[in-house]
Amino acid sequence: MMSGTIANVRPPAAQLDGAKRRQVLRQYRRSQRRDSLRALALVAPLCVFLAVMFGWPLATMLTRAVSNDDFGAVLHRTSASLAEWDGTGTPSERVYADFAADLRQARDEQTMGQVTSALNFEWTGARSLLMRTVRQLSSEPENGWKEKLIETAPDWGNPDLWILIKRLAQPYTSRHFLAALDLEQAADGSIQGVGPEKAIYVTLFWRTLWVSAAVAGLCLVLGYPLATLLARLPLKTSNLLMMLVLLPFWTSLLVRTTSWMVLLQDNGVINSMLVWLGLVSDGNRLSLIFNVTGTLIAMTHVLLPFMILPLYSVMKSIPPSYVRAALSLGASPVTAFWQVYLPQTIPGVLAGTLMVFVLAVGYYITPALVGGQSGQLISNIIAYHMQQSLNWGLAGALGSLLLVGVLLVYWLFNRLTGGQGLRMG
Amino acid sequence: MALPAHISPMGRLAHYGYLIFCGSVLLFLIAPILVIVPLSFNAAPYFTFSREMLQLDPSAFSLRWYRDIVQNGMQNPNAAFGWAYLVDSWNNAQWIHSLKNSFVIAIATTILSMLLGTLAALGLTSPGMPARGLVTSLLISPMIVPIIITSAGMYFAFSTMGLTGTFTGLIIAHTVLGTPFVVITVTATLEGFDRNLIRAGLSLGASPVRVFRSVIMPLILPGVASGGIFAFATSFDEVVAVIFLADYDQRTVPRQMWAGIREQISPTILAMATILVLLSIGLLTIVELLRRRTERMRGTTL
Repeated sequence: MMSGTIANVRPPAAQLDGAKRRQVLRQYRRSQRRDSLRALALVAPLCVFLAVMFGWPLATMLTRAVSNDDFGAVLHRTSASLAEWDGTGTPSERVYADFAADLRQARDEQTMGQVTSALNFEWTGARSLLMRTVRQLSSEPENGWKEKLIETAPDWGNPDLWILIKRLAQPYTSRHFLAALDLEQAADGSIQGVGPEKAIYVTLFWRTLWVSAAVAGLCLVLGYPLATLLARLPLKTSNLLMMLVLLPFWTSLLVRTTSWMVLLQDNGVINSMLVWLGLVSDGNRLSLIFNVTGTLIAMTHVLLPFMILPLYSVMKSIPPSYVRAALSLGASPVTAFWQVYLPQTIPGVLAGTLMVFVLAVGYYITPALVGGQSGQLISNIIAYHMQQSLNWGLAGALGSLLLVGVLLVYWLFNRLTGGQGLRMG
Repeated sequence: MALPAHISPMGRLAHYGYLIFCGSVLLFLIAPILVIVPLSFNAAPYFTFSREMLQLDPSAFSLRWYRDIVQNGMQNPNAAFGWAYLVDSWNNAQWIHSLKNSFVIAIATTILSMLLGTLAALGLTSPGMPARGLVTSLLISPMIVPIIITSAGMYFAFSTMGLTGTFTGLIIAHTVLGTPFVVITVTATLEGFDRNLIRAGLSLGASPVRVFRSVIMPLILPGVASGGIFAFATSFDEVVAVIFLADYDQRTVPRQMWAGIREQISPTILAMATILVLLSIGLLTIVELLRRRTERMRGTTL
């Protein structure tokens, strides 16, 4: 596309003698370097901006996923004295005394929550255990903290609990990533699957994958025929019909999701119409919303333009004479489509499918509003841990896993489309 | 499309089946957007068409939900219409508050994105750019990274910088999300750009600044403008970053709709949605006109 530029034309070096030749080459390299520097200087502001405001936040989230400093910082005396404990039997009186001091400080500074939530995640009943213990801290014990704490709650005499606290007090941890994969570290340090009642994240990852794949498949099935029609129609008609594709693309996501809530409700427009037509009895209206069906329908609608646009731009560039040639040589319309037309549209199919898939994997708003319980995707659980359970480490680990998956698909997308896939309007 | 005369009955059937299928897909795309428009004029607080509405009874339609946009949150909503009423609405109505915020944030985002994105696109398409493919994919990656991850990361990072709950923080977040669109549209415009025009300008004695102003800028302006509109629409529509980073003071229209849908769903949301549909028709029209202008200037039609 770009014609040879001045900088790319090699100097006629062979005709020059040594010194002159070196000088020309040096000037040539200098001018090339100047071009590169100018290009980089233009790109630099955005690069710096994105590095600070986008790259750094992502890095923060990754460190959240492995960092453990909250727990260790609050229980700083305990973790120091626990380091000397070899893990057999109960720890020494010193550990108990430090623990009591740490808890008292945490209570006064109101940082108990960070200890409680981390401990409660792995030790059933830790929340009430800690609350009960904190209440006993006001008076100094007669026979030392060890006896008093074990008297308050027998759990404090269990070496497994102290092994857990010692492990949680490390500055870095793999527990969030393990939890995000429904795994946990047993008391002896081995990694095992969590019980079936706690295993939810792997299921959610699989659901996110299949829902995204199904949405991409549905978009392809619905979008491909329409794109072929748009590409074949005369420009005036197709421009008009294209507006019908572009209007949803430009309409606010929340508006479209609201519309689907209006349409899909039990007494919404679709069910009312079905009842009116007599296809469904009034008693068993279809439940189309607040389940995975709602998520599928609404997400397909939201993402369909992202399929049609790349398909259309590829199909528009295919000369119609190829199919005509195949037909005139005696191929049936089916053969002509299958062997001549379809192979030429593959770049558009790949671009559209991967684009829809990668956007679907990270969807949050639509599943949250129309998905109910069974239509929630991985983004929704990340939001839940960010905002409600405040388990930011786990949110970070789930987010990091999702990010790695998305970047893999994006890399594949760039490889397959040669970096030309992202086009708009 | 006319069918050739020799086509078999099966072929005819297949052809009409195909047209009907395409028609249904178009209906699937557009019907959900159109259905909310009449419902927003519903006199009753429901999301369904009442019998009276279907019979086009005028008493079944009203503007009460549009009035609610202007009034909800006002200190004295029953006051007579006048200057005091408008001031009260401008200062206190919830939806007006979120509309103001949305426009402020979206306009600031558009300006910043256009500036950063155009510069980057000029760099990316200049001949000396090293590692062009890699840098391009990095610069447009905010479009690809799921918004929930970006927002969660920003929540952590921005709270250490004191940017959560501020307009600056939201404008920065939306600029991150909107700039890739400007990069893409301006890069696409510049790829079809004949660099000989720059050389012609320079060789005729114009300074580089003058060449940029009089040659490059007019030619890439449609691309810059449509990228800016994309950035505007991205910011105006964005809700996840707002949920994570904004307080009530920065509440935008989508955030207000989100709260409305989750907490107390009322047809006011449909009225607002109708207004947003009109806005998107406006934006779409501008982008289409700009696209055609670019094509005309390149001397090619698609």
